Amino acid sequence: MALLQLTGITKSYGDFKAVDDVSLDIADGEFLVLLGPSGCGKTTTLRIVAGFVEPSSGHVRLGERDITTLPPWMRNAGLVFQSYALFPHMTVSENIAFGLEMRKMPKAQMAPKIAEALRLVRLDHLADRLPRQLSGGQQQRVALARALVFRPDVLLLDEPLSNLDAKLRQDVRVEIRELQRQLGLTTVMVTHDQEEALTMADRLVVMSEGRIRQIGSQQDLYERPAEKFVADFVGRSTFIDGRMDGPGRFVSAGGLVVACEASGTGSASLALRPERLALINGAAPPIDNRFPGAVEFISYLGSQVDLHVRLSPKERVIVQIQNRPEQPLPVIGEQVHIGWSKSTGRVFPS
Amino acid sequence: MVGRTALRAAAGVSLAYILLPMFFVIWLAFFAQEIPSFPPEGYSLKWFRAVPGNDRFVNGFLLSLQVAVAATAIGLSLGVPAAICLVRGRFIGRETVTNLLLLPLIVPGIVLGIALYVFHVETEIATGLPILGSLIGLIAGHVLIAIPWTVRLITASLVGMDRSVEEAAQNLGADRLTTFRRITLPAILPGMVAAALFGFIASFGNLEMSLFLVGPGRTTLPIAILQYLEWKIDPTIAAVSVLQMLFIGAAMLLTDRFVNIGRVV
Repeated sequence: MALLQLTGITKSYGDFKAVDDVSLDIADGEFLVLLGPSGCGKTTTLRIVAGFVEPSSGHVRLGERDITTLPPWMRNAGLVFQSYALFPHMTVSENIAFGLEMRKMPKAQMAPKIAEALRLVRLDHLADRLPRQLSGGQQQRVALARALVFRPDVLLLDEPLSNLDAKLRQDVRVEIRELQRQLGLTTVMVTHDQEEALTMADRLVVMSEGRIRQIGSQQDLYERPAEKFVADFVGRSTFIDGRMDGPGRFVSAGGLVVACEASGTGSASLALRPERLALINGAAPPIDNRFPGAVEFISYLGSQVDLHVRLSPKERVIVQIQNRPEQPLPVIGEQVHIGWSKSTGRVFPS
Repeated sequence: MVGRTALRAAAGVSLAYILLPMFFVIWLAFFAQEIPSFPPEGYSLKWFRAVPGNDRFVNGFLLSLQVAVAATAIGLSLGVPAAICLVRGRFIGRETVTNLLLLPLIVPGIVLGIALYVFHVETEIATGLPILGSLIGLIAGHVLIAIPWTVRLITASLVGMDRSVEEAAQNLGADRLTTFRRITLPAILPGMVAAALFGFIASFGNLEMSLFLVGPGRTTLPIAILQYLEWKIDPTIAAVSVLQMLFIGAAMLLTDRFVNIGRVV
C-alpha cells in the first residue's frame, strides 16, 4: 500500500505551471528523492506535501487520509528546512520539545523522548545550547531530531545538506540514511545534487519544468534514461545530433554512421557516456563502432583522465579512461581510435 | 594616522555639540540665584525641592505619563497588526499605506495639532460627543505620534525574520495563533520594546500638537514648562528638565534590562 500518494498535482501561478500533473506513490519506509535543477518544481511539490502550498488541482493522500486541504499543523509530517529554521530563542531541547508540546504530551513523557532524539543525532551534550552557539552540522542535526521526535508519518527533507561543507555532507548523508532505515521512516528528499540523490535514494524522481521526467532506481536512470534531459542530468553524456536512417543505423550531422540498438526514423540525438567509450589500439578485437579522431583537450582528474576527441568537423566526444601507469596517456594533437558497442549509445528523438 | 585623529576630533566635536546643552541645563539646575548668570553665586538643591510642591508640574507629569502610556499601548496594539499586514500581505497600495503611516512623523506638530483641533470641533458639532479638549481626544492625537514608530520598528524586525522559522512551527503542529505567540512575538519583541520606548518618548515630550488638544485644567508637562517660562526664568525649569531626563533615562535602562536582546538576535 502506498503510504504517501500524489495524484495529478498541478500548481499554477497565472500561466506558469510550477508543478504540472505530478503523480507519485511512495511506499511505507521508502526513501524517495526528487531530483532536478532549480526551478523544476521539486521544492513546490514538497511544500504541497507539507501543506504550505495548496495545489491548483490534484490530491495528496497520507495513509488513509486525504490531506490536500489540511493545514500544515494537522498533517503530522516532519520537515527539515534548507535553512534548518531552528527557533533562535529556544535551546536545543526546547526546539526538539516543541512538536511534542503541540501534541499536548505531558512533560514527564516528553523528557525520555527528547533524550532519545538527542542521542539519535549524537547531541546529548548540547541540550541546553542555543542554536546560534552550534555549528552548521550540529544545527542540521537538531533540525532532524526536531522533525523525528514526534514520529511523523512522513519525513520531508528540503535540500538538507546544501549548507554543509563537502566533507561533512558525505558523513551526514550516511547518517541520515542509516537513521531513516533504523526508524523505518517514509522519506521524501529534494535535492539538485545528483551524487547526493544517487547515494541516498531507494527510488528517484527526475523533474524538470514542473513535470516528472522519469521515476526509477539509480540503474534505471543511468542505464535506461527515458529522455535526453535525464541522460544529460543524471551522470554525464556527450550528445551527437543526427537522424535515424533505418533500424540500428544512426547517421550524425557530420556524416558518421553509428551502429545502435534503436529503431525508428527521423532526426535524433545519440547520447554517449564518456566512461563507456574506449581507446582502441590496432590489435584490438573488432567492435561495433570504431572511429579515428584527434585528441583536442585533456582533463587530468587523477584516477581518471578525460580526452576530448574530434571525430568529424561537427562532432567531438569525451572519452573517460582509467589512469594506469602501464598505459601511456595520449598527448594533444595525437591521432587515436575510439570505439563503443552498439548497446552503449542511446538515441532520443529530437 | 592623520585620518584617525581627524575622525576622532570630528566625533568629539559632534558629541560635545549634542551633550553641551544638556550639560548646561543640568549645571543650571543647581545654581543658587534666581536669575541665571555666570559665574554662579553658589549651588543649591532648592529648585529640585520646589518641583514636587508645584501642582502644575506634578499634575502635568502625571497627565503626560498617563497619555504617553495609553498612546504607546494603543499604538503598539495597532502597529503590530499593521506591520504584519504590510510585511506579509500582498495587496495593491501596500507601499502607499506604509508611507501614509509614517506621515505623522513628517507633518509638523503644529499643523497636526490644528488639523486635529478642527477635526475635533467638526466631529463634536456633528455628533454632539464631548471630544474637544477631552482626555480621549488628547490620547487619540498621541496615538498618531506613536504609530509611525511602532510600524517602522516592527516592520524592520519582521523583515529581518526568517519566514521558514514560522513554517517550521506550523509543521511541528502549531496553528497560526500559537505560531504567532510562541515564535513571531518573541522574534519581534526587541522591535516592540524599541517601538514602545520611542513612541513613549515622542508622546511624553510632545508640545506643539498637545497645545491644541488639551482642555481647561488639563495640562501636560511640556505645556506646564512652557507656561511657567512665560512668567519666570528661574532654574526650576532646569530642575524639571533634569528630572525628566532622569525619568526617561531610567525607562530606557529598565527596558534594556528586561528584554535580553542578545538572546534573540
